[in-house]
Amino acid sequence: MLKVDNISAYYGDLQALWGLSLQVNEGELVALVGPNGAGKTTTLKVITGLLKLASGSISFDGSDLGKETAHKIVELGVSMVPEGGRVFSGMSVLENLELGSFIPNARKVKVESLKAIYEVFPRLEERQKQQAGTLSGGERQMLAIARALMSKPKLLLLDEPSFGLAPILVQQMFEMIEQINKQGVTVLLVEQNVRAALELASRAYVIENGRIVGEGKGDVLLSFESIRSAYLA
Amino acid sequence: MAEAVAQNIIFGILVGALYGLAAVGIALVFGVTKILNVAHGELMMVGGYLSFWLFTLFDLDPFVALPISILCLCLIGAVLYKFLFARTVKLPEEEKIKNTMLIGFGLTLIIQNVALLLWTADDRGITTAYSGQAFTLLGLRFPYVRVAGLVISLVCLFALHFFLRRTYMGKAIRATVVDWEAASLVGIDVHKVYLLSFLIGTALAGVAGTLVLVSFSVEPAMGMHWTLKSLIVMVLGGVGNFIGTFFAGILLGVTESTAAFFIPGNYRQVVGLILFLLILIFRPQGLFGRKER
Repeated sequence: MLKVDNISAYYGDLQALWGLSLQVNEGELVALVGPNGAGKTTTLKVITGLLKLASGSISFDGSDLGKETAHKIVELGVSMVPEGGRVFSGMSVLENLELGSFIPNARKVKVESLKAIYEVFPRLEERQKQQAGTLSGGERQMLAIARALMSKPKLLLLDEPSFGLAPILVQQMFEMIEQINKQGVTVLLVEQNVRAALELASRAYVIENGRIVGEGKGDVLLSFESIRSAYLA
Repeated sequence: MAEAVAQNIIFGILVGALYGLAAVGIALVFGVTKILNVAHGELMMVGGYLSFWLFTLFDLDPFVALPISILCLCLIGAVLYKFLFARTVKLPEEEKIKNTMLIGFGLTLIIQNVALLLWTADDRGITTAYSGQAFTLLGLRFPYVRVAGLVISLVCLFALHFFLRRTYMGKAIRATVVDWEAASLVGIDVHKVYLLSFLIGTALAGVAGTLVLVSFSVEPAMGMHWTLKSLIVMVLGGVGNFIGTFFAGILLGVTESTAAFFIPGNYRQVVGLILFLLILIFRPQGLFGRKER
């Protein structure tokens, strides 16, 4: 479904990704783990068109994402939840969700999507009139995920969804991601919570210094001595 | 005495509505795109002269011709944006503000000189059947054209408010102001949002320019005066709250006209600048602005 092939990207003169390749198949839940500054977020930004692709190629369902603008990529079915949620703070919860269905195809089914979202996130329905900036960290993250789902994505990219959440919420968050995946949305999950991510994912990539240094089934990677000592010690 | 003060306040409100309308245009463009268009006053001038031409050449009433001015100003705005301002879109905020100011100052020179060529340096005004007519209420004079100016300004303001609050595109504009990256991640074409905001800004300049023409007169050097007023009002009101900006315009108008009562008319312009400094010192977020976004 998503095929990232040998890509490089730069921040100004600084090279952040060095010939990175990865693949996500339809229906999978794939994790991308690695230390701070390894290029996890950068990878997602290149896939979503927020950062320019310098070389290599990214294909998604037959489209060449490297040539598309960020908003077109959403229309093609790729949606991303940025780190920290980044909800539209001065706007209401409902307005945030409505903007989630901004693209034409999603707008047509807005009412149905909203109903489905409220079933999964009843808390958001209770707070639909509230300003998004006044929500708690967990609620904001929920809203960000719900907003991304409103665009009816085929592939959902999640950047550190557990970051800054209380441990009990982290647990819930991962259960929710599993649910979303089971409902047929393919997921690429970027996480610093390596253990939880590897337990959840069907497959995972390990990234370091802008390169993929390991790949495998989550439980297999978990048993690797190098990974245990690097991330789980 | 009391009647004279009240009359002054009325005139202050009526001229203040024009300040407000001019400022809402510049503030919308700045708030959304971070383009500080110091040629906003010149665009108003163009709007004023256009209506002047439509009146003198085609005998079109300026209020009837408003849609034509708006359309022309949108076209001019599109050209300016595509060929000049769009190049600055990707710059970091501070560089963008500085660069767009430079572009704006360049534009003021060009537009002013083109206006000199086309219309000479004379003041141009128009006289319609209703010019100079007024109705009296409670012993106070209300000139028709200025009241119409206030009404049209309010209509523009509430149309803008409705657009930003209720329509998908308006919400997209607000979302882009909060976080353009998150906005493009929900599928909003940020460049389209910028262009649209710029066009609304120039359209508002066109309306304001026409209202200046019917209420006063236009001349090639008027731009800087109006840009300055708009900037004062924008800072006074606080960025990001257009209704606040508009009422700050009215406040400036009233302050100026009542101050003219106590100090000689030549110093009237200073009043606004003093108000501007006081606000910057004591309430930098503006009268109606929030401390942080």
